[in-house]
Amino acid sequence: MAERLRVATCSLAGCFGCHMSLLDLDERLLGLLEVVEFDASPLNDLKRIRRPADLGLVEGGVCNAENVRVLREFRSHCRVLVAVGECAITGGIPSMRNGFTLKQCLEEAFIRGQGTENAHIPDDPEIPLLLNKVRPLHHIVKVDHYLPGCPPAPDAFWHFLTALVAGQDPSLPKELIRFD
Amino acid sequence: MSGTFFLDDQEIPFREGQTVLEAALAAGRFIPHLCWRPELEPHSSCRLCTVLISGRPFSACTQPAMKGQRVVCDTPQLKDLRKAVTQMLFVEGNHFCPACERSGSCRLQAAAYHLGMQDSHFPHQFPVRERDSSHPEVNLDRDRCIRCELCVRASRQLDGKNVFGIHGRGVTSRLEVNAPSGLLRDTAIAAEDQAVAFCPTGALTVKRRGFELPIGERRFDRSDLATEVLEAFAAKEARHG
Repeated sequence: MAERLRVATCSLAGCFGCHMSLLDLDERLLGLLEVVEFDASPLNDLKRIRRPADLGLVEGGVCNAENVRVLREFRSHCRVLVAVGECAITGGIPSMRNGFTLKQCLEEAFIRGQGTENAHIPDDPEIPLLLNKVRPLHHIVKVDHYLPGCPPAPDAFWHFLTALVAGQDPSLPKELIRFD
Repeated sequence: MSGTFFLDDQEIPFREGQTVLEAALAAGRFIPHLCWRPELEPHSSCRLCTVLISGRPFSACTQPAMKGQRVVCDTPQLKDLRKAVTQMLFVEGNHFCPACERSGSCRLQAAAYHLGMQDSHFPHQFPVRERDSSHPEVNLDRDRCIRCELCVRASRQLDGKNVFGIHGRGVTSRLEVNAPSGLLRDTAIAAEDQAVAFCPTGALTVKRRGFELPIGERRFDRSDLATEVLEAFAAKEARHG
């Protein structure tokens, strides 16, 4: 058997909906695993990319310093990087906080939030620093392909991955392009 | 003057007074557009309908059809230009499609689908714009406004109310409400006004009706923008001759 395509995936400021939609390939996953193998991914719980991957699927936008680190690691270890879903492509729902200052957001969540006790803004050094704005991936690294949708439909994943494996243009047909 | 002109390689008949866009639609040929509606004076601001005539760019919605004219429309370069213009409209505003009640019946989104837009390409501006929820029935969300002036024209030309205007220039221009307070509640706007119905995005919506039709069963979930526009135009032509 020819060497399988190595795929790494991660979720930054996302909801894992895109990963769920990938899993919704259902029985087609079995066929997919004939031609791809997963490196670091929430699906196998491997945290770091072990060796260079052919394909990196990144879900979610970039909202904190840890997201930036992971995204850069993916960019440097993945030959082809894909922004998966609306958050990765546009910032998506998390970027709705961009109309407010970080101070306003934190105070709303941790000071004025309903039922808050011992109100204070968490400052443990282990918590990644938030960016002032949530950004889509292409603001930070070069992105090779975009897979829109919230989440992209399983058929969109299927079309994209099978085209890429076959060495064809993975652009989606009109009927598979959705932003919701 | 009437006669025919060429749209790419197709011969298109036209009547006296028709624009290139009107003649093309009447012949069943779609040219993408956002700021044009058959009921209103053309505005030529969205530039999606850009075509080449004698090698120069013109907006098909304002260019009069002329005998023997050669109009170039469907080239890879013009398609790329239309896509880039649409991407700019997206990054200039805040278009959170997954959270928008107009998603699936939005013409901006449908234009993006039609043009094969899969990414934003340009940096998102994330502008901070004011929302106006003061009116009991009509909501104005400027995040979603593309300043096509359809509401401005519809309010003046069809509703006879003059509720809206555009203030400022270029990227900082914004939709304003014609009232001393600047608020919709102090205008004569009503939910059934054409100004609201003609909004191509979710900038103007009628409150409490956002989810009458579920996501996935909406107009552009089921059909392409071209099909919708051509069918609507044919129906209007049939009514008015």
